[in-house]
Amino acid sequence: MQKTKNIVARSSLYTFMLIFTGVVCYPIFLMIATSLKSNKDIFTNPYGLPSNFIFNNYSKVFLVSRYDLYFRNSFIVTLSSIALILVLSSLASYVLAKYKFAANRLIYFYFLIGIMIPIKLGTINIVQIINGLHLFDNLLSLIIVYTVMGVPLGIFILTDFIKMIPEELSNAARIDGCSDYGIFLKIILPLLRPALAAVAIVNILPIWNDFWFPLILIRSEHLKTIPLATSILYGQYETQWGMVFAVLTTASVPLIIFYLIISKQFIRGLSEGAFKG
Amino acid sequence: MKKNRKLKPIIIFFLAPALILYSWFLIVPILNSLRLSFYTGNLFKAEKFVGLANYIKLFTQSPFNERLIGAFVNNIKFFVVLCIVQNLTALILAIILTRKFKGSEFFRTIFFIPTTLSVLVVGFLFNLMLNPTWGFIDKILKAIGLEVLIRPWLGDPVTALPTISLIGSWQYIGIPLILFTAGIKGIDQEIFEAARVDGVSQIGLIRYITLPLLKPIIGVVIILTFIGNFTAFDIVYAVASTMGNPNYTTDIFGTFFYRTTFGRGTASFNPDPGLGAAIATIMFFVVFIGVILWLAIFRRKEEE
Repeated sequence: MQKTKNIVARSSLYTFMLIFTGVVCYPIFLMIATSLKSNKDIFTNPYGLPSNFIFNNYSKVFLVSRYDLYFRNSFIVTLSSIALILVLSSLASYVLAKYKFAANRLIYFYFLIGIMIPIKLGTINIVQIINGLHLFDNLLSLIIVYTVMGVPLGIFILTDFIKMIPEELSNAARIDGCSDYGIFLKIILPLLRPALAAVAIVNILPIWNDFWFPLILIRSEHLKTIPLATSILYGQYETQWGMVFAVLTTASVPLIIFYLIISKQFIRGLSEGAFKG
Repeated sequence: MKKNRKLKPIIIFFLAPALILYSWFLIVPILNSLRLSFYTGNLFKAEKFVGLANYIKLFTQSPFNERLIGAFVNNIKFFVVLCIVQNLTALILAIILTRKFKGSEFFRTIFFIPTTLSVLVVGFLFNLMLNPTWGFIDKILKAIGLEVLIRPWLGDPVTALPTISLIGSWQYIGIPLILFTAGIKGIDQEIFEAARVDGVSQIGLIRYITLPLLKPIIGVVIILTFIGNFTAFDIVYAVASTMGNPNYTTDIFGTFFYRTTFGRGTASFNPDPGLGAAIATIMFFVVFIGVILWLAIFRRKEEE
């Protein structure tokens, strides 16, 4: 009796999970499959795999647009911003976690404001500041904005983590004649690696996928990031179905693959990173 | 902790870069945007101090006052759907997925995939799927005998906003799912064991142990949804343009702010950054009040 009940419970569990998997995966499957179909195929056979796989949607899209540049721009912006976030927030967190001085708590809470108040709300003045620095229509403007966007949460995660590193380690190094800077570089930084990974992971998606700031700060064709290019190409090809789907697939698949490869670290990093919020 | 009367150089060297950049490009711009709401001018230069004129225009002059109320109401509706559909589903899924069964890790990995997509791509994708010319969704509904549900989901003022909210839920279920999963895994297993020995039912375990202990995480998820929603832009831009089609029924603060400030994608508006700054200020206070309420409701209970 117990056994039949178990089997029923188990199979309904799996049925539920599979239905949900379908709801999650099918639109993505559809996007990829449609990008590989001919226009006729898209209308006569909209649901399944292509009746024959064709790639000329992609070749047409790649021929007229500069995906090499769009990907390059997105890479430059994402990697530089994350590198800067890691450097700035680990330096600041070290001092906030290990040194006692009058404004310590105050500065820490000052940084936390940035977690709660989205940088978007300062957009108008950011445009003015960026323009004043002659960085309008320049990738550096995006790098600065994303760095500032990531630093508060970075400091929050890293300060917590550095506080847990036992004081004895630093003290032992100090007795051996290690300077304050040396302790940071040789003791703290190597131990900080998992936390740094978490900070990097928390920032990948919001930076890579951001559309708001490129839309406002970038004009030139050769400086477009993937989301901005996607939006413009979507408008251009609106009636050419196969090509539109090729544009959407090109924008998504690289990150999906990247995520699937490191999904374990990805999910762990996100839970560690966001959990502390 | 090293105690020191005077500031060591390392404190200044290490703090200065983050502090300067953060103040310069986040704190100052947000404060300045509040200040700019009392001025008129073009995007690059505030020209004239006008006192409360922007606010008066926003609250009393048509069509701005209608747009403001509309955006606020739409954001609230959007937020409610996200909390019910996205967050509640994520909670249920997290409870299921944390009971160890074959494939639970796999399913969690899969459910996060849409979150890795850009909001823009998701918006465009569903826009195409719901496009009546292709008739993709219509044919599916017909095939499963739900012909009554065939309608222009994004064209009908009644269904457009709920549809967009559902699209948003589909994409972002991964984030609350991960947070809830981490929260449930963090609960001491012995509490469950003890309760089970005392004969507490499965539902009882969830009701009396999982949910109360998960309260801080539920609070975090709600406030993150709230902040994200009241500053959202991409999803409506992708599905319903900056005009919040049809007829502003999907207009939210983000699109209203963009349209007013930058005026792009719209023929009938002149960009008005002063008015835009006033909208940003209102958004700021909405987020601010949300955060205060969250601190009052969830953080205090945590301390008790």
